[in-house]
Amino acid sequence: MAAVRVEGLEVVRGGNRILAGLTHSIPAGLVTGLLGPSGCGKTTLMRTIVGVQRIAAGTVTVLGLPAGDPRLRVRVGYMTQAAAVYADLTVRENLTFFGRLVGAGPQTVDDAIATVSLENERSRVVSRLSGGQQARVSLAAALLGDPDLLVLDEPTVGLDPLLRRDLWLLFHELAAQGKTLLVSSHVMDEAERCDTLVLLREGRLLAAATPSELRRSTATEDLDQTFLALVERAG
Amino acid sequence: MSLQATFAVAERVLLQLRRDPRTLALVVGVPCLLETLLKELFEAQPRLFQHVGAPLLGLFPFVTMFLVTSITMLRERVSGTLERLMTLPLGKLDLLAGYGIAFAVLAAVQAAAVSALAFGALGLDTAGPRWVVGALAVGNAVLGSALGLFFSAFARTEFQAVQFMPAVVFPQILLCGLFVARGAMATWLRWLSDALPLTYAYDALAHTAAGTLDARFAADVGVVGGAAILALALGAATLRRRTA
Repeated sequence: MAAVRVEGLEVVRGGNRILAGLTHSIPAGLVTGLLGPSGCGKTTLMRTIVGVQRIAAGTVTVLGLPAGDPRLRVRVGYMTQAAAVYADLTVRENLTFFGRLVGAGPQTVDDAIATVSLENERSRVVSRLSGGQQARVSLAAALLGDPDLLVLDEPTVGLDPLLRRDLWLLFHELAAQGKTLLVSSHVMDEAERCDTLVLLREGRLLAAATPSELRRSTATEDLDQTFLALVERAG
Repeated sequence: MSLQATFAVAERVLLQLRRDPRTLALVVGVPCLLETLLKELFEAQPRLFQHVGAPLLGLFPFVTMFLVTSITMLRERVSGTLERLMTLPLGKLDLLAGYGIAFAVLAAVQAAAVSALAFGALGLDTAGPRWVVGALAVGNAVLGSALGLFFSAFARTEFQAVQFMPAVVFPQILLCGLFVARGAMATWLRWLSDALPLTYAYDALAHTAAGTLDARFAADVGVVGGAAILALALGAATLRRRTA
């Protein structure tokens, strides 16, 4: 079963074709990695899936409904690349506010804070936190409504290796509960941690497969090499 | 409309304001200072102070809230929080109403402080009831908030947003009848004045000062209310769930 189905998606921003006729399905209950160099259209695809991107052509179906359908607003969690939380409020105040909008009570807020390991920072103002901590506040906000689909735009940027490992464990734990995760990254070593991969380049689908399938088909050792091989093959 | 969401937004905005004591001090302190300055300026003409004191008291919140709202909303757009809110189950009206309530509360605090000073130590007097001046001040604050919200959509940076203040607010203050009686204006200026909402806000305050709460006063209040609703509707139109 596909959690997200994208057909013939075209997005034009400021005269530039960001996504050029993309067709792909994202399976439910897995962690899908969205990879590609900066500027390849990852964020635009994610914005389209959560329904905040104006599109030029194509259809996007999310959990059986058209992307942007009001009924999806409680079922899809979105973490943007910028922290997108209130810098002048504390961690807890931010999450309490976002929680009230999605019907999450104080216990859920505390659980989300624990999930992203920010218990010691809960009463600190967000502007005084490090970039990685701010990103985790943003992630916690995306988790609050217990969404079926989590769209996470570079959630592990700037985190220390231990935290990164913990977050990837969390992503797989959530997938094991039946949730679908779409996680973007431009770091190839994170690709190994995904169940399945979507590689984008210049707004087009370069490849879609599991990490091991990709390595095998291109006869390469690591995913950086795989990416190069794919680009060369695509000519 | 969801009351839960509206109050969540209002409480969040008030919490942010409370985190910024310097802004709060300026919002309350500056109009107090200006009102005092006005009193001293017209020391030799106490009737002039009586004439403009109450209208100015009622117009301060309009200016303050225009600025505060446009900057707050701009920050909301730039930081990405607006985009996050647009992916959540929050109606645009809930968001706008939440903002409106928060800034009306701030305006009430501002008006209460300036009123206490003006009607107390400065000896300002109005023929009409003083609470009406306060109520009009809060109404004007909502109008200022609504206009600030709308114009913030046209600013990309805080510099630009601040420049909308002289562009949108100053002409309205110059033409509202406070500096030159509207009857003494050139016809085209008078027409322009007719089209600006602050003209009616000033007129309502002037009627309160003079104690003539007649049909004209009621019409003024109606126009200010209508303009606020229109500006809020225009502001709502600038909030897009889908952007380019």
